[in-house]
Amino acid sequence: MTTQQTTISANSQGASVLNQLKQIKLQVLVMFAAIAVIMLFFYFATDGSYLTPRNVSNLLRQTAITGILAIGMVYVIISAEIDLSVGSMMGLLGGAAAIMDVWWGLPLPLTVVLTLTAGFLLGLWNGWWVAYRKVPSFIVTLAGLLAFRGILVGITGGSTVAPTSPEMSLIGQSYLPNMFSMIASIGALSLFFVWQQRLRKQREAHGLSNPAMTSDVLKFGAIAIFALGLVFLLNDYRGVPFPVLLLVVLMLIAAFIGKKTAFGRRIYAIGGNIEAARLSGINVEATKLKVFAINGLLVGMAGLILASRLGAGSPSAGNIAELDAIAACVIGGTSLAGGVGTVFGAVLGAFIMASLDNGMSMMDVPTYWQSIIKGSILLLAVWMDVASKKRA
Amino acid sequence: MSTASLLNMSGIVKKFSGVIALNGVNFNLEKGEVVSLCGENGSGKSTLMKVLTGVHPFGSYEGDIYYKGELLQSRNIGDSEEKGIAIIHQELTLVKELSILENIFLGAEISRHGVLDHSAMYKQTKALLTRVKLEVDPDTPVRTLGVGQQQLVEIAKALSKNAEILVLDEPSAPLTESETEVLLAIVKQLRSEGVSCVYISHKLNEVKEISDRICVIRDGEHIGTQDAKQMTTDDIISMMVGRELKELFPREEHDIGEPILKVGPVTAKISKAANLYQVRDVSFELRKGEILGVAGLVGSGRTELMQCIYGSYNGVYQCPIELNGQSIKIRNPEQALSQGIAMVPEDRKRHGIVPIMGVGQNITLAGLSMFAGLGQALDESAENRAIKESIARLKVKTAGQELAIKSLSGGNQQKAILAKFLLLEPGILILDEPTRGIDVGAKYEIYKLMFELVKQGISIIMVSSELPEVLGISDRVLVMHEGKLKGVLENQGLTQEQVMDCALAEE
Repeated sequence: MTTQQTTISANSQGASVLNQLKQIKLQVLVMFAAIAVIMLFFYFATDGSYLTPRNVSNLLRQTAITGILAIGMVYVIISAEIDLSVGSMMGLLGGAAAIMDVWWGLPLPLTVVLTLTAGFLLGLWNGWWVAYRKVPSFIVTLAGLLAFRGILVGITGGSTVAPTSPEMSLIGQSYLPNMFSMIASIGALSLFFVWQQRLRKQREAHGLSNPAMTSDVLKFGAIAIFALGLVFLLNDYRGVPFPVLLLVVLMLIAAFIGKKTAFGRRIYAIGGNIEAARLSGINVEATKLKVFAINGLLVGMAGLILASRLGAGSPSAGNIAELDAIAACVIGGTSLAGGVGTVFGAVLGAFIMASLDNGMSMMDVPTYWQSIIKGSILLLAVWMDVASKKRA
Repeated sequence: MSTASLLNMSGIVKKFSGVIALNGVNFNLEKGEVVSLCGENGSGKSTLMKVLTGVHPFGSYEGDIYYKGELLQSRNIGDSEEKGIAIIHQELTLVKELSILENIFLGAEISRHGVLDHSAMYKQTKALLTRVKLEVDPDTPVRTLGVGQQQLVEIAKALSKNAEILVLDEPSAPLTESETEVLLAIVKQLRSEGVSCVYISHKLNEVKEISDRICVIRDGEHIGTQDAKQMTTDDIISMMVGRELKELFPREEHDIGEPILKVGPVTAKISKAANLYQVRDVSFELRKGEILGVAGLVGSGRTELMQCIYGSYNGVYQCPIELNGQSIKIRNPEQALSQGIAMVPEDRKRHGIVPIMGVGQNITLAGLSMFAGLGQALDESAENRAIKESIARLKVKTAGQELAIKSLSGGNQQKAILAKFLLLEPGILILDEPTRGIDVGAKYEIYKLMFELVKQGISIIMVSSELPEVLGISDRVLVMHEGKLKGVLENQGLTQEQVMDCALAEE
């Protein structure tokens, strides 16, 4: 009797699991479809020059900065907070790096370490006010948005700090040797494959369902072809840009932290139900503090890349970059209510934003139209997400 | 059935995602009649009233509702209120910062040329308050009123909307005896004025006193409706329960040891400035392997007391704790858990589950550190093993550990939350309303588990509003009232009356 009941309810719930899986896959598919449409559109609109190796290289370098910001931002949003200060913070940290490099003539490694430390500390500052002083993160980081920009203008005296040293340019403008990229990507892909197979076995051992082997192999094949093809294409120009490597590595680390560590699990739990998390003995304050500090560290990296790419520290650098990062997360399926989101989604979102920027610039679309179009796409993406959830 | 009834609900069927909550229930109400609705928690009383008052809109249920001879098709509460059907909820819905007048006319303000007409509203409010025998100024802020008075304001508010049917959902639960008497007198007076009432209460003597007829529901089925005069309290109970009461509580013998936890004196209030103490000078002991029941009405401070012990009370408090003879400090749940004190919170949805996370991830949430190795990386094999064991041990019915916990039934969610804390192997387990809103079968399993745990030497504190549960399970009963400890009673043939007398005894 009881067993019978269990199976019945198990069946009906099994169907809802299937629906959930479909939901997730649907979102990923929609994103890839959107990317494909954008690519094709700009390809034809620019008579093919959109997908030349040179432009793809540019596009990916553009993605790197927003992407790195989005990686930090996505965990802030998953924990049901927000960080509006990252644009100003990135400008400030990039400006500080330029000052250390140009005015003080510090060696590059020292500049890097000091900039990253400063980023970490600014992140701690934000996090401390949010977690321990209970000031809403919207306000804390709005204050940061104003104050960090003010400090930047103050220390640079409102003028551009240039030119940066040749070593400094390495961060944002260097390329990896062709051979290295090929070997590294093949190595990484094989490791990924072996790891996936191990995971499958583990799941089987615990009686958890796996997706069909064929769909897994297909998925892996698609990733492999895409990654190797990209490396091949980039090698045809100057090679894989260093910031792109950094983005990929950071993305993998962040994804691991999110899905495979206790810290990551706690971030999702806090965003999902902060009171339940607290009553389960999770140190909510410390976790939030860490999330903001890590975000600051990532902003530091983005700031270094920005200063290196610009070859200068500029008082207006990174203006409204926080909105690009937030938009990237949201387009990538992160819920502003917290508890839901992935790093991969956020980076894909950053890629979509960069694709639009890049393509529209190539088509000489006026800047004001670019803003209008980006705004509309953000609204559309979120509306589609809301509407699809309502139906489900 | 008489066709002239004021209200006639027939064959009401209501399902929640495939689970039947009401199965063909009939209910009718005449003008100027009080009918009580009796049934256990989760029997479907509230669902029936939600169908009546439009919370579950027309079309979401099967069966017909005829009101004054017309088919009732409410889309929301507003629709039914307009037609004269009002409900007064167990949890009061007044805006505390506003005055009585402002609350009564909230959303229906009288204004002239866009300016509020205070004197007109004042006059009407005054008249309404006289009707419910509440002699206070209409401009009094609601927060300064007691719970009983607030309830009368709620009734006045319903009357202001010309309610012809008044649904009172456990109105007397938070009231003292004298407040209850006032309430009953008003209900009787309203009846004589021609207002019909549906009265829901667990207190059967009240039900007997006030009702013309009594309707009993069990497990979503209509068991019967009879004249109140012809029914004894025992009749009502046997109809409600449908079986001998003994089966409900699987009491098992267990050894009780020495006191291991000494708490108090505990004092707690919402803020430094508040004059009202939520807990005042409460001290007690917990012995090894015992189940200590905590009884008291809503607002007695029992939940707050538990929150103080667990370090989760959101206010100003002092709570000295001695564990195994050692004085310890607990500032937050993290520290409580590290001392082996766990608490399953009262409000499952708000404080228990992380709804969008999987069942498995909810179960391991409190014990994540046990599976975290180098760099906090999780040992997924160990985690999965623990999840499987927990699901099997507590008989959590789920299609899989990755299913979002929100899609489980209340009872299974509760089992998963219990599993979460049992994973930490606590020595002391605090259960705040462990069986609220869950079905009889799951209740039984949770009681079984509690006895299994105390046999292993774990001590349990169980807070519950259901006196039969407290009496059926506990070894001793802590009785609280208005923040104070009124007595600690050994449970040897203890009766509900003894507990209530103890709670309401004058000092």
